[in-house]
Amino acid sequence: MTPRPHHRKDLLSWAPWLTLLVLLGPILMGLLGTLAPAFGWLPALGHREFDLTPWRDLFAEAGIARSIQLSVTTGLSATLISLLLAVLICAAWQGTGLFSRIERLLPPLLSVPHAAAAFGLAFLIAPSGWIVRWFSPWATGWDIPPDVLIVQDPWGLAMIAGLVVKEVPFLLLMLLAALGQVDATRSRLVAQTLGYGRIMAWIKGVLPQIYPQIRLPVYAVLAYSMSVVDVAMILGPSTPAPLAVKVITWMNDPDLSLRLRAAAAAVLQFLLVLAALGIWKLGEFGLARLGRHWLETGGRGQRQALWSGLGLGAITLIVASLVLGLLGLALWSVAGLWVFPDALPQHVTLQSWSRYGPALGRPLVDTLIIAVTVVLLALVLTVACLETEYRHGSRPTTRSLWLLYLPLLVPQVGFLPGLQVLFVGIGVNGTLGAVILAHLIFVLPYVFLALADPYRAWDPRTGTVAASLGASANRILWRVRLPMLLTPLLVAAAVGFATSVGQYLPTLLTGGGRITTLTTEAVALASGGDRRIIGIYALLQMALPFIAFSLAIAIPACLYHRRLGMRNTL
Amino acid sequence: MTEHDTMPTGLCLEKLEIVREGLTLVSLDTRIAPGEVLTVMGSSGSGKSTLLAVIAGAVAPVFQVSGRVLLDGRDLSGLPPQQRHVGLLFQDDILFPHLSVGGNLAFALPPALRGRAARRARVEEALMQANLKGFAERDPATLSGGQRARVALMRMLLAEPRVLLLDEPFSKLDAELRLQFRQFVFTMAKTRLLPVLMVTHDIEDARAAIGMVVTPKGKALTI
Repeated sequence: MTPRPHHRKDLLSWAPWLTLLVLLGPILMGLLGTLAPAFGWLPALGHREFDLTPWRDLFAEAGIARSIQLSVTTGLSATLISLLLAVLICAAWQGTGLFSRIERLLPPLLSVPHAAAAFGLAFLIAPSGWIVRWFSPWATGWDIPPDVLIVQDPWGLAMIAGLVVKEVPFLLLMLLAALGQVDATRSRLVAQTLGYGRIMAWIKGVLPQIYPQIRLPVYAVLAYSMSVVDVAMILGPSTPAPLAVKVITWMNDPDLSLRLRAAAAAVLQFLLVLAALGIWKLGEFGLARLGRHWLETGGRGQRQALWSGLGLGAITLIVASLVLGLLGLALWSVAGLWVFPDALPQHVTLQSWSRYGPALGRPLVDTLIIAVTVVLLALVLTVACLETEYRHGSRPTTRSLWLLYLPLLVPQVGFLPGLQVLFVGIGVNGTLGAVILAHLIFVLPYVFLALADPYRAWDPRTGTVAASLGASANRILWRVRLPMLLTPLLVAAAVGFATSVGQYLPTLLTGGGRITTLTTEAVALASGGDRRIIGIYALLQMALPFIAFSLAIAIPACLYHRRLGMRNTL
Repeated sequence: MTEHDTMPTGLCLEKLEIVREGLTLVSLDTRIAPGEVLTVMGSSGSGKSTLLAVIAGAVAPVFQVSGRVLLDGRDLSGLPPQQRHVGLLFQDDILFPHLSVGGNLAFALPPALRGRAARRARVEEALMQANLKGFAERDPATLSGGQRARVALMRMLLAEPRVLLLDEPFSKLDAELRLQFRQFVFTMAKTRLLPVLMVTHDIEDARAAIGMVVTPKGKALTI
């Protein structure tokens, strides 16, 4: 029996609508605000006639075809490679001791902002980077960095690598969550006793059961990879740059008339992502048909050891490149003199920190204010939604899940420029409130997704018992349910905090240059190429989520250290 | 094969002991001849299912296992599950929800059987034996409990196992179905000369099996 509320029902039942408004309102307005200038309508700049000039300008731009092509190829390859690697790692190692260790590494790996990971990778693989230094000059004979373009290569390979190291941990976490929903262990065992090798048993017996549940995350990865700006600016090609970078370059150009072209490019980016999602969906159809036949022919799988080895190699490489890259960043931030073939700086000094430290204060404080406010708002909305759902006894639908994922599926670059135009129009652009609202669009889905499962898994009998003791619905919420769910609440908060700290585009566009965060500052510094200061920013950018996650684990452990029953609430 | 002349056929448990945290859960030293049934009876948590997991090759590392398991003279220790040729049946049928009934059965057919038509024919034959003619295209989720149980059994048999391991396979079926399905399983095992090891806590299942009944520690029970 679900306790029925008697008071305040009306206040709570507004929550889902408010959440929808926060999620969808800015996206719809933003899309409209992008669409109008793309067809020549931008009254603020005196354009009041619809025409196709922005599109003509866009397609007349030198190298535009290459920009479009890069957006598609890097996005699709990064998604495909990430998915294949995540599946291989799961198929080969899920259920082993090694895998549980990988599992524990996932949250810290995920909390590393994309930009920080990209900087780390760049420091690692650049011609003057750590890897070359380790082998120089004794093995390579190089006394000066070799003149090759590794980072920002014209094919976008470095950019793909940078995306893969971040998306594989994300997809692994999503696969793990999906595995909990099916009887994966026994499905695999049944297939194994039927003669299938470990990996093949998982791919044929388990994966088809869980793919529907990771479909939306995969789409989100595709949309993100195709339209990412910060990673592309750090690791991607620059002449020409992928389409999303072009949009931002034009948006920020002092020549305001380029805004129209930027809007057209943003609309094009949106259409490209839609088309790519369509192609992916078609691929799913085709594979499902072929796959059925493949499953029924009964191949048992060969070269187990080889595939297991490849899976192990992949995850090792990913973890190593993230960890070493970030270690490199940390080292640069305290490096004294560090000339080329040396693998380590000649001495360690805090000089860079004391020189750039004062300038860090403002972005650091703004980053914290924004992240904390956004997380609190997201938590309130999420809990209100979930509690309404619980009190009304309604079930989550697939449609509501799609709505939740919408901000992750619509490319940021497709609607944020329009939102900026709108914010400028009503005079709020460049205020903390505008940035907070823009962050909320992207933080809310992650907080919701992180909290929904534990919230729904709470044993309703606890509530029934409390109600029979005379507690009101609100008293049950505040005194029983939320305290019991403290760990998931804090973890969801940490996830949201990490998401907010890592946001680049929303801050850049709605901050209007007046509000800067560690992430926007770090990316702005990227072109300068001063590794010491980039190291400082990226390190801080990474430290904040890490501290948040540590607190999320430490606080419940402290509060409940004498409550054995609260140990396994994660 | 000379091996079969000298080696005992069927399933041999040689001084098999399963220990968890110093506590002996299972201690068996016995042989199940082809076509015979050994029933291990015990309450839940007595280590019955662990015994089957040990034989199937899927035991958790918290258990210490000593002794040997021989199947038709072949030592199974150290072999991965897919090389053991054991057929495992749970109380839940664990049919693959992403495949049709026919797809589930085809999944189990050895890859050496080639050609779509030949595989399809074997599937149809199995469906016929299970009294499920015409069910190949059905979604397993639309089948009754008894039908699903039969599909799970046929799927296991199509992989050509050399021993049947039954983990309370009848406990989720209602009384009448249970009787039928029990008969069906034991007849199938007998005609194929498969040794059967069944774990259960249900005395009726043990009686129906007609064979030795022991506790996990190897004590014979009269029922």
